[in-house]
Amino acid sequence: MRRFGWLLVLVLGFTMCGAAYAAFPPIPAEEINPGFVYIGPIGDGGWTFMHEKGRLEMEEKYPGVKSVFVESIPESHDAARVFETMIRNGSKVIFGTTFGYMDFILEVANKYPDVIFMHCSGYKDAPNMGTYFGRMYQARYLSGLVAGKMTKNNKIGFVGAHPIPEVIRGINSFTRGVRRANPDAEVQVIWIFSWLDPAKEKEAAKALIDSGVDVLAMHADTGATPQAAEEAGVYVVGYNNDMSAYAPTKHLTAPIWDWGMVYKETIGQVIDGTWAPKHIWYGLKEGMVGLAPYGKDVPDSVKELVEEEKARIVSGEWDVFYGPVKDQSGEVRVPEGSAMTDAEMLSMNWFVEGVKGELPQ
Amino acid sequence: MRLSLKVEPRLETSRLLGLMIPVLSLVSALAMGAVFLHFMGVSPAKAYSTIVRASLGDAYGISETIVKAIPLTMVAIAVMLAFTMLIWNIGCEGQIFMGAIAAAAAVRYCFVDNRLVMFAIMFVLSGIAGGVWAAIAGFFRAKWNVNEIITTLMLNYVAINFFNYFIYGPWRDPTSLGFPMTPLFPDTARLTCYCGTRVHAGLILALLLPLVFWVVLRFTRWGYEIRVMGENPKAAGFAGMSYVKNVVLVMFISGAIAGVAGMCELSGLQGRLQAGFSGGYGYTAIIVAWLARLHPVGIILVSFLLGVLLVGSETLQIVMRLPVSSMLVLQGLILFFVLGGEFFRKFRIRIVTGGGHRASPEALKEGE
Repeated sequence: MRRFGWLLVLVLGFTMCGAAYAAFPPIPAEEINPGFVYIGPIGDGGWTFMHEKGRLEMEEKYPGVKSVFVESIPESHDAARVFETMIRNGSKVIFGTTFGYMDFILEVANKYPDVIFMHCSGYKDAPNMGTYFGRMYQARYLSGLVAGKMTKNNKIGFVGAHPIPEVIRGINSFTRGVRRANPDAEVQVIWIFSWLDPAKEKEAAKALIDSGVDVLAMHADTGATPQAAEEAGVYVVGYNNDMSAYAPTKHLTAPIWDWGMVYKETIGQVIDGTWAPKHIWYGLKEGMVGLAPYGKDVPDSVKELVEEEKARIVSGEWDVFYGPVKDQSGEVRVPEGSAMTDAEMLSMNWFVEGVKGELPQ
Repeated sequence: MRLSLKVEPRLETSRLLGLMIPVLSLVSALAMGAVFLHFMGVSPAKAYSTIVRASLGDAYGISETIVKAIPLTMVAIAVMLAFTMLIWNIGCEGQIFMGAIAAAAAVRYCFVDNRLVMFAIMFVLSGIAGGVWAAIAGFFRAKWNVNEIITTLMLNYVAINFFNYFIYGPWRDPTSLGFPMTPLFPDTARLTCYCGTRVHAGLILALLLPLVFWVVLRFTRWGYEIRVMGENPKAAGFAGMSYVKNVVLVMFISGAIAGVAGMCELSGLQGRLQAGFSGGYGYTAIIVAWLARLHPVGIILVSFLLGVLLVGSETLQIVMRLPVSSMLVLQGLILFFVLGGEFFRKFRIRIVTGGGHRASPEALKEGE
């Protein structure tokens, strides 16, 4: 992978700040009929649930806009048909909410140049296709601080969906937080190779608990990990939304999304005629990512620490992957005084010091 | 006087009844569905017409329905072949994945810049990969009587993990920023698509295979042997038919068809290996094969109807804003009624009048 590093940076550099696209002409609110395509059911209690929340917030802000959605569309060529069916039924803006839709969005976007496409978490764009995502790593770092302070035996477990840069970045930033709060703690990772498989997620969580961890964290789409944690009586850091409903007594906090922000902004721009494709990557500062309310066991001293660190990130004084950053083998990857670029973070493919686990090579 | 219902096996099923039962089952399923849709607050007539209009109303709808029906038909033929011999190949999903892996390997390691040659190489390799995968389970079954339901099912997970290994590991596209997928196939490794739609050359196979196997099973000696071995392996053994050889052969062909179906999905539609590649066709095809009562030509029809339902229900979500779970209820109702209708093909229910006390002890015993 390493010898391709320069290539990645080049490709990303080109896509991130490359060709400036022209703005689209305005579309009246009644004619937009935005279509949302979800990978899971809106009741998954996590990823899709939060996108649906964002969609509803958007409709509330723009009552003239009538949006539609389709649930449980796999990351296969079936997605292309759903996009096209939405367009044939009057949608002028399409939101695809999972990485695996990327090629299919591009395919349909090339076929319908007058329709606007927004792809969540991808890197490809077109004159009518932009991307949106958030600096979740910043919120994950804060949740790591909490986990690091709450562990008694310094063993923390992490249930990861797919070994892709998004999740690896999440685990790394979480671990950076953990180590900042507690330099002796380690984070053990298990991959489940699926976004949406509550049974597998729960099994992985149980396996980690059996191996002796006393705090769990997760990056998948459902509330299965918090459920397992509550049953076993270990602390848990959720993801996507406030997952305390799944673990009423053991939920510490969760790094959460505010997708409504992007949906409102995009629809507003489409109505005004100012929409042009770009790569949205908002963070703590803009408020697109944040932390869910703390559980009752989290002491005030921990909350203060989180506030201090958050202030440093929001002010721009510091960010999670500022050097020095060491990898698992102890080698310094980011020297003191420098920081990882967005492109490097987006293609992150190695674990930082403190993570126990392997990446498939 | 007492009235009672008596269930008895039918000695034979008339042709008319054979045709009426599936039709009546479908009608009752739609009627139940209508009640359900009514309580969901939408007009059933409008909902059903939306499904039909979306999937059959224009060239686009029909083309997408065919796109769905192609893999279903091919894999259902694979399932049917094994089931005819009473070998339960539940592993088509894994065989699809193995076929896709082999096709990707063909593109990667023996790429030829000629569509026909490339297609031939992919066809052969994916067939071998899927076939060998299934034949492993077939061999264990024939040689040591290992339950093939378990082995084929377990091999699915092995195949999917193989698939993951390649997309996360050695075949990962270096320009994909670490995301798990292989590079896009070059154009010559893609199947031809017709008339600007996504209907690809797999269509020819999906139409050809059922006909071939209808002829083979009905008119050839080998087809006869398979049917006999399915119904009575012992008798077949006495007649000198080799059970071991035929189980392995049938499983190989069954797996090969599924593997080729995987290749068609990959090369016709997906264009690269990436997670979430198969929409569970290996499992849906089992339902298709049963609904078609293992009849090769019936499989084409059922696959197409299922395509109508799948394509139409997506549109229903968009146009009538129904949740996906209500679509699953509709699909479930249809399957439930159609499979339930099978009961009436095999059994009849007779209304018996008169008291049971007058029946002879023998008849009572039989009645139990």
